[in-house]
This record gives sequence, C-alpha cells and structure tokens, in this order.
Amino acid sequence: MQTDSAQGLGTDRLIVASSPHLLTTDNIPRIMHSVITALIPAMAVSVYFFGLRALLLLVVCLGASLLTEWGFQRIRSKPITVYDGSAAITGILLGLTLPPGFSIFGAILGSVFAVGIGKQLFGGLGFNIFNPALLGRAFLMATYPVMMTTWETPRTFTKAVDAVSAATPLALMKFEHKFAPAMDLFVGNVSGSLGETSAIAIIIGGLYLRYKGYVNWKLPLGYLGSMAVFSGIFWLIDPVKYPSPLFHILAGGAMLAAWFMVTDMVTSPVTALGQWIFVISAGIIAVVIRLWGGLPEGVMYSILLMNALVPLINKYTRPTVFGAGRNQGGA
Amino acid sequence: MPWRFLFVGGIGNHKKGISMGHKTFAKGIHPEYHKDAASSRIEKAALPKTVIIPLSQHAGAPCAPLVKKGDVVVEGQKIGDASAFVSSPVHASISGKVKDIELAEHPAGVRGMAIIIEGDGVVKDWTAKGAPVDPSTLAPEAIREVIREAGIVGMGGAGFPTSVKLAPPKGRAIDTVLLNGCECEPYLTADHRIMVEQAEKVVWGLRCIMKAVGAGAGLIGIEENKPDAIEAIKKAVGSAMNIKTVILEAKYPQGAEKMLIKAALNRKVPVGKLPLDVGVVVNNVGTAVAVFEAVNLGKPLIERVVTISGEAVREPKNLMVRVGATFEDVLAQCGSIKGNGDVRVLNGGPMMGIAQSTLTVPVIKGTSGITALPVKDARPLKYSPCIKCAACVEGCPMSLMPYRLGEYGRAMRVDDFNSWAGMSCIECGCCSYVCPAKRPLVQWIRIAKLKGRQQAAKAAAASK
Repeated sequence: MQTDSAQGLGTDRLIVASSPHLLTTDNIPRIMHSVITALIPAMAVSVYFFGLRALLLLVVCLGASLLTEWGFQRIRSKPITVYDGSAAITGILLGLTLPPGFSIFGAILGSVFAVGIGKQLFGGLGFNIFNPALLGRAFLMATYPVMMTTWETPRTFTKAVDAVSAATPLALMKFEHKFAPAMDLFVGNVSGSLGETSAIAIIIGGLYLRYKGYVNWKLPLGYLGSMAVFSGIFWLIDPVKYPSPLFHILAGGAMLAAWFMVTDMVTSPVTALGQWIFVISAGIIAVVIRLWGGLPEGVMYSILLMNALVPLINKYTRPTVFGAGRNQGGA
Repeated sequence: MPWRFLFVGGIGNHKKGISMGHKTFAKGIHPEYHKDAASSRIEKAALPKTVIIPLSQHAGAPCAPLVKKGDVVVEGQKIGDASAFVSSPVHASISGKVKDIELAEHPAGVRGMAIIIEGDGVVKDWTAKGAPVDPSTLAPEAIREVIREAGIVGMGGAGFPTSVKLAPPKGRAIDTVLLNGCECEPYLTADHRIMVEQAEKVVWGLRCIMKAVGAGAGLIGIEENKPDAIEAIKKAVGSAMNIKTVILEAKYPQGAEKMLIKAALNRKVPVGKLPLDVGVVVNNVGTAVAVFEAVNLGKPLIERVVTISGEAVREPKNLMVRVGATFEDVLAQCGSIKGNGDVRVLNGGPMMGIAQSTLTVPVIKGTSGITALPVKDARPLKYSPCIKCAACVEGCPMSLMPYRLGEYGRAMRVDDFNSWAGMSCIECGCCSYVCPAKRPLVQWIRIAKLKGRQQAAKAAAASK
C-alpha cells in the first residue's frame, strides 16, 4: 500500500496486490447457510410427523453443537467461527439421524462428541477426516444401542402420534422380509429417524443446493445410483427375498446421506475420479450391510468407512496434467 | 434447458446466461465479464505532452538507447535496439526532444531504463498511400524483417517478440496460424473493438503471418459473447477457403495459448513444449493489425488500443493510445477515477493484470487495458482453512490440484510442489477466483515457482 494523494485523480491510495483482483462472491458462510436452508423442508416434515418432541431434539442438537464449537475455539484461543454455519449443520444433521424418542441428554452428548471430537480435535473445519454428524451418531449407537433402535410410528394424515414403538422399514425388510410401499417412503409415512422418513423433503432441499451450485451432482447421483444398481442385481435374482432398488434408495438414511452427508466437502474426495470411487464404493458397502450385515441400516458406516480412505483416494486419483502423458499433439 | 442446472456450474462458477455447445477446453471458470466498454468505438487519445518509453517492453534482451539526452526525434524513429535475437526495438511514439534517459517505473511492477521524450506537438501522417499489397507476393524473410524493425511484440500482454515467434527452428513445420480474439479477461474490450472496426486489417495481418511461417491454414478464435466481432470477421474473411472463424465458449482462460489451441484445433501442447511443437503459431488480433500497419504503412508499433474500464472509471472507453503515455494521462481522458477511496489500478484485466503503485507508469506495447477497481472488491486479508470443496480442482485448466500446490507454496515445500507438477501452472488465477475460503492460491503458487526456479538455478550453478 502506498499513499499517493499527490496524483490528483480524486483518490486516496493505490492498493497493490497480486492478481487475480476479481473474486467470486461465494464464500464458506454463504455455502453453509444455503445447506441449512436446504435442510428446512426435512426439519419441517420431521416436526410434522413426530411433533414437538422432534423440534426439541433438533434445537438441543443445534444448540449443543454451537456451544461446543464456541467453547473449543475459546479454550484454544482460535477465531470464533460459530457463525459460519458449519457447526449448525452438524447439529441439525445429527438431530435428523436420531429416533424421535431419543434421550435429550444423549443428544447433547452426541453433539458434543460430533463437534468436539469429530471436528475440533482434528483442527476445526476443513481438517476433520470423518463426517462429524455421522461420527456423533456412531458414538450414540455405541452408547445408547437400545434407544437408538427404538422407533415410533409417525403421525399420519388420519391418526395422531400414539408413541407406540414400531419397526422401521429397513428392520421390517431385514427381520421379517416385509417391504414398505415406495409411496409411503417417498412421502414419509413410515417410522424411522427424524430425517429418514420423507424422501421428498430431502430431495427438495437437495435440488435447491444443486441449483445454488453447492452440491457436486456426481456425489448424490453416484451414491444413489450405486445403491440402486447393486441392490437391483439381487432384486432381479430374487424379488421375494430382496427388496427393489427403489425401496433401497428411499428407505432409511440413504436419501439424507446422499444429499447432505456424502456431499460434505471436507470429507469427500476432490478429484472427479476419486468422487466416483468414493460414492460407488460407499453405495455398495451400504447395501452389503443392509442385506447381510448385523444391522438393518448401513448408510452411516458406509460413509464413515469411505471417509477414512479419502486422503488416499485424493492422492492416487490425481488428474493428468494438461499436456502430460500421451502426446496428443498433431505435429 | 430447465434441467441444465443439475449438471453445470459449481462453487464460484455459475454459468448464468451462457449458451453452450461451442468449442472449448476442459475445466476453467465463468467469471462475471463486465464488458462495459464493448460498444464504445475506438477513439483517438489526445497527443501526450511527454512520453516514457521503457527500453524493455518485451520478453528478451532489453534495448540499448540509440539516442542521447537532447537529441531531436521524430515520431516512429527507432530509439532503442539490441543485437540479441530474442528482443525487439523501441520507437519514439511522438516527435520531440529526448529529455532524459533514466530509471523509471515500469507497469510490470519493476523499474527499468526508459527514454523520456518531450513532445513538440508535430504529428506524422501514417495514412495509406494506396491499396494494401498482396501478402502472397512477399518473402517470408522480408516480412519477419519488417516485423522486427517495427518493434512488434505479442499485444495480448506477454510481449514475446513476434518476429521470433514467426521464425520457427529448422525442421519444424507450422501448418496453422491461430489468431487469438477470445479476450477472456473481464472488462477488456480492446480486441473486441479491433475485430469489429478493423476486421479487414486483422484478416490481412493473418494472411501475412501465414505467409511468413508458410502455414496453409488460418483460424480466428472468438468467444461467443462477441457476436458483432464474429460477424465482422466472417465478412472480412469472405469466401477464403484457408481461413476459418472458430466460435468458442465464453470461458476463462479461453485466450490462454494452450487452452485456445486445444479448443480450436483439439491439439494439446505437451508439458514444457511450445505451440510450434504441435505445428501452431498463436498471435493476438491486435498483433495482426500491427503487422498490417508495419508492412503497408511502414508504421512501427507506437500506439495501441487500450480499454480503460472498471467500476472506478467514470467513462469506460477504448482509446488509441501512444506507447509511453502515462496511466494518469490516459485516465484523465476517461473522466478520471471515481469517488474518494482506495483503488487498484491494473495494467491489464483483473484476472492477470498487475496492480500499479503509481499512475506515472507508461502504457507499453503489451498494455491491453487499464482497469481501475474500487478496493471494496479487493481480496480481504483474512482467509480460512481449505474445506476441500474441489472448486479449484474443477476450475484448473491445467488439471492441477491448486489447493495442495498452494499449501506447498505457503509452506515453501518446493520438492512436494514439483512432484505435484506445480511448475505447469500458467498462473491464470482461476483457483484464487473460485476459492470460497478466499485462500490466495495462485499467489502462493507463484512464490513456490519462483523458489523452485531459484533452487534449480542454484543446483545448476553448483554442478558446474
């Protein structure tokens, strides 16, 4: 910077900096806030189906996540970035993966673990290896195994919430070989975690994010596509024993994961080839766990497993430098 | 197509209002173009009272002065030259007296020797005496000699001496001459106006260059967002079979030599090689006009079209400016700078232009524009950690991994930088532009490249 008022051009200073001098208006808070906006339909539908109890869970997760972020940054004397929205997303996503009747204290514990251990201990936003919300959920699966698998029937258009425990479509599929109709899954008229129930609400949010350009289309498409194709093979072999691909992508956490967890920028690969490897592998793992694993739902572990491989995937799927490799020149 | 949004665009790379389907290269970005001066005709700037002619306005050896203090010079007189092959002479852009030969500020951000001429107000008439000659009757050697003597260098900004470019080494055949009319830098419209207003000269220049290198084919690459230029050039080309106009997608950096060759000819210049290795010579449309004027009028490169634009400029214009006129002088003819506040004044456009620390720098042969931006647009000093959003990887036209290279540059890890092909970076700035964390990626990469070159030079010196 230099004071240059003597030049008589009505200006105070000429600022010197290295190019480029034009930058995009997109920034991290704007991206994160758009993700929160995109989650609003899913949150609204969960409150509609599961009542105020769902709202309470979401608010508790959100608040605990923000406080944890703030506390860690305060203790570490780091800049406070609570407003950038990333901790809020973790809180909301964690809330959406919990059963409606889940313990409030457990939800707080999960949020503290997700943001504190899952993100801040790694160094904060950008440095975490695992998706914090999923890590929080994995932690709760280990600490509250019974409560994490106790579900309620949702309030439907005809009957109010009666808080009886009911099996999720995936549990029904796994243990009783009953497949829920796709339309119920699509609208959300099934039991499950808050955000698992309504595929349509999640798709609306996902398409909004895609419209804003903040979601790489390869990730949700690849994940759902991989699940559909892989499960479709078994469905074609034996449609009585195995559910249809449509059931797989609509049931459980697949839709929420495809649009909001697989697409987490920090924990997904940066190269095009790496992204395909990541989502296709995760989709196959999810279906394998669902069909043959000990758990009804495999989405969470499929993503966490692949998260761990992201640094390696990035390293080995590096794009060919322009003009390197085979000479494509004419002369 | 309403469903297009599902597959195109990304962080910092919104493809609003861009029609697609035209030829292009892979990756790149779509910045806002701000072509505010696109419909302003080229005006002649007022004759400057004093000019500062730097002795180095090109890549290669600087010139030695051929005049001394107190000498009387006339417009177009050669006042500096060098015997080196890769160099280009400089000429007096106005008639007058040599006031001094001294160190002066240079728009590249350095200081260099320059000849200062005080004008006497006499203007030379360069208008054509007759119809332009037929380029096919000229000898390649003679064309190169005229181009060298006229001091013509690449006018897109890099300033490589054109006569050197047009003299390929023995055994290298050039089959195509590609004229660069992309002008992918935001704000700049000089090439656009040249193509609209001087299409005949552009095409004549192209024919002349084709003759000089013995190329059978000529191409003019123009971005889709300049329909009037495409129309004018197509009209000027007429029914010629060996010259084609190629319409390219409006995308940055479409005008980067390697990207342009890929887009227009589908040839990839190998790493570390030159366009001539794939049989192509690329020249700017402005250079083609300079060739026309040198061959037909005997006029050396003493003036050029400069776009004066940017939010801080009151009246964006395209001016025909004498080489050596100061930025201050030129800006004053565009209503000067708006408002009271910090500005960045750039030699060139916002993506690759160089910010000036003073307005007493001269316009040089490579000054395609003077862009003045209010500093509210400037990079905030704060940047946040990388969130691996992949926008830079998706934007890098050289298919590098800028987020990683930037980190290596920041940490001065030159070995890692080299093993991730950092030296292939063309410094177009796409990565810094799209980064939502506002990380100065290309700036760190520049530092690493510099450091890498220094280390290589040191190693070479040590092994001797």
